Amino acid sequence: MAPSKLPLAVDHIPSEKRHVYDAEPILSGRDLRIQWGHVVGLDGVNLDLYKGEVLAVIGDNGAGKSTLIKCLTGAYQPTAGQIYLDGKEVDFKRPQDAREAGIETVYQQLAVIPALDIASNLYLAREERRPGPLGSVLRMLDKKGMAKRAGDSVRELGIQTIQNMNLAVENLSGGQRQAVAVARAAAFGSKVVVLDEPTAALGVKESGMVLDMIKQLRDNGLGVILISHNMPHVWEAADRIHIQRLGGCAGVITPASHDMGEGVAIMTGAKKLTQDTPA
Amino acid sequence: MTTSTSDAASRFSGRQQSPLQRLQGLLHSYPWVSPLVILIVSFIVFTILNPRFATAGSMGLLFQQTAIVAALAIGQTLVILTAGIDLSVGAIMVLSMMVMAALAKDGGMPGPLAMLIGLALATGAGLLNGLLVTRINLPPFIVTLGTLSIFTAIALLYSGGSSIQASHLPDFLNALGNGFSIGGLRLTWGVLLVIVMYAVVGFILSQTAWGRYVYAVGDDPESARLSGVPSKRVLLQVYTVAGLLYGLAAWALIGRSGAATPNAYPQANLDSITAVVIGGTSLFGGRGRLVGTLIGALIVQSFAFGLSLAGVNQQYRVLATGILVIVAVGIDQWIRKVK
Repeated sequence: MAPSKLPLAVDHIPSEKRHVYDAEPILSGRDLRIQWGHVVGLDGVNLDLYKGEVLAVIGDNGAGKSTLIKCLTGAYQPTAGQIYLDGKEVDFKRPQDAREAGIETVYQQLAVIPALDIASNLYLAREERRPGPLGSVLRMLDKKGMAKRAGDSVRELGIQTIQNMNLAVENLSGGQRQAVAVARAAAFGSKVVVLDEPTAALGVKESGMVLDMIKQLRDNGLGVILISHNMPHVWEAADRIHIQRLGGCAGVITPASHDMGEGVAIMTGAKKLTQDTPA
Repeated sequence: MTTSTSDAASRFSGRQQSPLQRLQGLLHSYPWVSPLVILIVSFIVFTILNPRFATAGSMGLLFQQTAIVAALAIGQTLVILTAGIDLSVGAIMVLSMMVMAALAKDGGMPGPLAMLIGLALATGAGLLNGLLVTRINLPPFIVTLGTLSIFTAIALLYSGGSSIQASHLPDFLNALGNGFSIGGLRLTWGVLLVIVMYAVVGFILSQTAWGRYVYAVGDDPESARLSGVPSKRVLLQVYTVAGLLYGLAAWALIGRSGAATPNAYPQANLDSITAVVIGGTSLFGGRGRLVGTLIGALIVQSFAFGLSLAGVNQQYRVLATGILVIVAVGIDQWIRKVK
């Protein structure tokens, strides 16, 4: 039983993007609570994510950004509340469950293996075997096929700097490694991709490349959640911005409705977002 | 944006590399090249010192002498690829060998059954190492240092410290010492078994998903876990498979030494580690090729064999092996700096 949509202020959404919000949300959280003993991690948070949008989640340290994301991706289980994927209630026990349901996460610590090549990293724990008895009996990997498809996934995201899929990841720059991690999420995340601080360790050019990839994921029709401390990156890439504060949601704004200063003011509690005009 | 980065990338890839950097890059991609060069050079030198080194008869003997350490070094390679170390290789092999021999001689069991029970025991010993490493999270060095003593003591207590001669054992247990000749090259079934072991484990490491997991877990266990690799299970399987391989080495050792002796091959642990390290596998995990280990084992044994043929004091072999180990680890540190 799908929940009713959270209110949206369509005025601040560019007209050519409004159709995205006509559909039902791909991922929803309702009244999500997490409590460890008497420490409240999440205090009844609601969230809607639509296909074809980038929803940024910002907030001060300890505001519950990571906790919220870990709930949605199966790393934590909420004490109370519901999560809906594609209109159906889901109950993720482990990250693997969320992944199998079509939610991919790009972790801050990257989760790539330096010694393995790019194709092996893209297909790690999802290896494809050769057709026929070579695959079914001898369990041989389809290395050529995986390298070819890995190349396709990387090119689909508009990354030209990575050509040879048999190159070990340790030979890549930080931005290229991040690109590999995003490409893996894009290749397997059929519904939602969550990125945790994807530009934190990158230089200006490489951040630009990763932000382009994020927009590409959105344009490919995925729902994208972007967690970031970097306000210029958020304001550049996000369609809507969910502000976490003290375990709750302080409001949802758009880059058009509020500037960065106002966003930070809401984030830190210096300014209150009037609840009757959510964006 | 994209054009500027690809410009940078093409400039980066097109930049001039010094010959030393190119060598570093080559060794980085093919870590077994340097041991192969050492092996070829030492073959040439030993043949010059004594032309009898290069005869088929000598080669057959060299292969037979290498077989046991080469077999143990397969399991050791698996463990070292996961950034672990196994000090109990020799102890597991000897315990398994004594059980095989005693079950056949004193228990009157048929050879194949005694062999299978010994093999199962070795596998169980490896599983125990794996459980202690993965469930109680003890460092592999400590776990296997402990089980080294435990298994050695059990083998001595069980056998009462006495050897069992081949003449008291069924043919099946001695069979791997028998062989055949191709021209003047005499090979034993034990040598053949070890070659098959290398082929099978080499195939698994390079061609299957499980092989990739071994490398991934050794290189970065946390990233591997986040990527969906069952890190702990893979680690447990590695120690268990290593135990099985030591059991096969135990069978080959009965044939090779013509007896089951509780204090056989005391230097097995360090020899197997030496072969792996000289073969280019990194002690830090995630890097190395099984074929390098075979080359490493051949290097160590050809030093022993070549120097004794040349009439040189055996201590020079020990000296040379020590230098090789340090050089091999030094090269590994150097090639890991490739960025």
